[in-house]
Amino acid sequence: MRTVTVVGASLSGVYAARELRAQGFDGRLVIVGEEPHHPYDRPPLSKDFLTGKADEEQLALTDSEEVAELDAEWLLGVRARGLDARGRTVLLGDGRTVSTDGVVIATGASARRLPGDALTGVHTLRTLDDARALRDELSDGPRRVVVIGGGFIGAETASSCTALGHDVTVVEAAPLPLVPQLGPEMAAVCATLHRRGGAALVTGTGVARLHAGAGAGGVTGATRVTGVGGVTGVELSDGRLLPADTVIVGIGATPNTGWLAGSTLGLHDGVLCDDGCATGLPQVVAVGDVARVGGRRVEHWTSATEQPRVAVRNLLAGRTVEPVRSVPYFWSDQYGARIQFAGRRNDGDTVRVTEGALAEGGFLAVYERDGRATAVLSVDRPRPFMRARRALMRTASEAEPAVP
Amino acid sequence: MITVCRLEDLPMGESVRIDTTPPIAVFNADGELYAVDDTCTHQDASLSEGWLEGCLVECPLHAASFDLRTGKPTCLPARRPVRTHRVSVEDGVVHVHLTIEEGTAA
Ligand SMILES: Cc1cc2nc3c(=O)[nH]c(=O)nc-3n(C[C@H](O)[C@H](O)[C@H](O)COP(=O)(O)OP(=O)(O)OC[C@H]3O[C@@H](n4cnc5c(N)ncnc54)[C@H](O)[C@@H]3O)c2cc1C
Ligand code: FES
Repeated sequence: MRTVTVVGASLSGVYAARELRAQGFDGRLVIVGEEPHHPYDRPPLSKDFLTGKADEEQLALTDSEEVAELDAEWLLGVRARGLDARGRTVLLGDGRTVSTDGVVIATGASARRLPGDALTGVHTLRTLDDARALRDELSDGPRRVVVIGGGFIGAETASSCTALGHDVTVVEAAPLPLVPQLGPEMAAVCATLHRRGGAALVTGTGVARLHAGAGAGGVTGATRVTGVGGVTGVELSDGRLLPADTVIVGIGATPNTGWLAGSTLGLHDGVLCDDGCATGLPQVVAVGDVARVGGRRVEHWTSATEQPRVAVRNLLAGRTVEPVRSVPYFWSDQYGARIQFAGRRNDGDTVRVTEGALAEGGFLAVYERDGRATAVLSVDRPRPFMRARRALMRTASEAEPAVP
Repeated sequence: MITVCRLEDLPMGESVRIDTTPPIAVFNADGELYAVDDTCTHQDASLSEGWLEGCLVECPLHAASFDLRTGKPTCLPARRPVRTHRVSVEDGVVHVHLTIEEGTAA
């Protein structure tokens, strides 16, 4: 292979570029990234960056020494808008094309939006630009903040907003947030963190529309508002109106596969890959949030850093010689508590607390099925969590090959 | 010099965190004692909670690994070393001798 193009210049793209060089690829390396910024890390955006504890410099994923070593052509601020049927040409948004022998798709995901969310004061939180805008707005004195969506990013953002002294309400459509991830018992425990941290949690009701202030012609159906006037409130589907100066929409993310529409790749909630990150074209692999590896797509930092080693190995080999074997892991920091989760929980797994207590001071909980541990959750118990996570990793590597 | 604990309270494979500013982690790695700054140089995690294997400690948050002898990271995502501090044992009591950062007046 003489040229490899990495599309997406963020976490998994940078790890893929590193792996290409580490595994001996000495040809032309092109990295295409839609954002104008140098690669940065996203998890702090909802945590220490929002509260001001971390600055932009601390988000950097690379330094000048590494950039020199990678010896890549960085095309930043340029979007890839297509991949030809053979997977040999990447079309760029500015009309240029890159002829290539191999492609790593690392285009990640975008924040899902709400119809009519172009109002001033309505934010999503996925990119550095998003976080800058939100941070600026939150530094203007106390505000009434409504966070739509009680998932991890919503909860972290709400936590950061309360830490900054704002009046925060989290709205969650389901009866309880995080049930799909944690199961009902542990989701209930995590929900109490909001109240303990001083945020209000409203569950079991969706959002009917956003209300806008003067300039938008008063109250307007959200779907019809087009970016005039500021947001003044969130109307819930049960009729309640929550006044708001700032609204943060945290309702999940969708994989960035739009640019691949004209390619021959299988796309279905992500780029379809085998368990070694290889797509239908042997010289095209996909990694990170955009990749559906062996039937599963996850949006975890650790998967985005682990998949590239295997994907690059398979890319350079021209076929899948190694599957991704790992136990999914993520963490979340909210209201001063650190949540860590590893494994694959399924509905119906039982869960029991094996260390500490739910009420205070942190705990470790193990999910089980047929007497075997499937997953482990900890709140402020990093040491026993590490032991339990390693035990899961051992069993996974002994059992059949596992995927991300 | 900071008094940490009695040697028997820091058995092999164990670690303690001292609440100094910045906090310090002291490890008993197979009988050798090491002290380093406790906060990972990547993001916000306590290395005293990490996974100790030989003279390497793995960060509990994103698995960067540090060599306790030098403080240097042996893998990403950390890039900067943690400060190391000298450890001594006198009459069965463990002490840490703080390394003063270069350029600061001692
Ligand atoms: C606020 C926030 C907090 C998070 N916190 C945690 C956490 O605590 N724990 C955890 O495990 N995970 C967390 N995550 C998830 C983690 O950040 C992601 O899993 C990770 O960023 C995925 O990396 P990626 O490189 O695959 O995708 P992304 O980070 O989404 O990067 C994809 C890049 O590709 C670019 N791109 C998209 N389309 C194109 C195109 N057509 N052409 C060129 N470039 C393109 C995008 O602009 C982007 O820069 C968090 C995410 C966010 C947003
Ligand atoms: S905080 Fe230690 S590796 Fe990230």
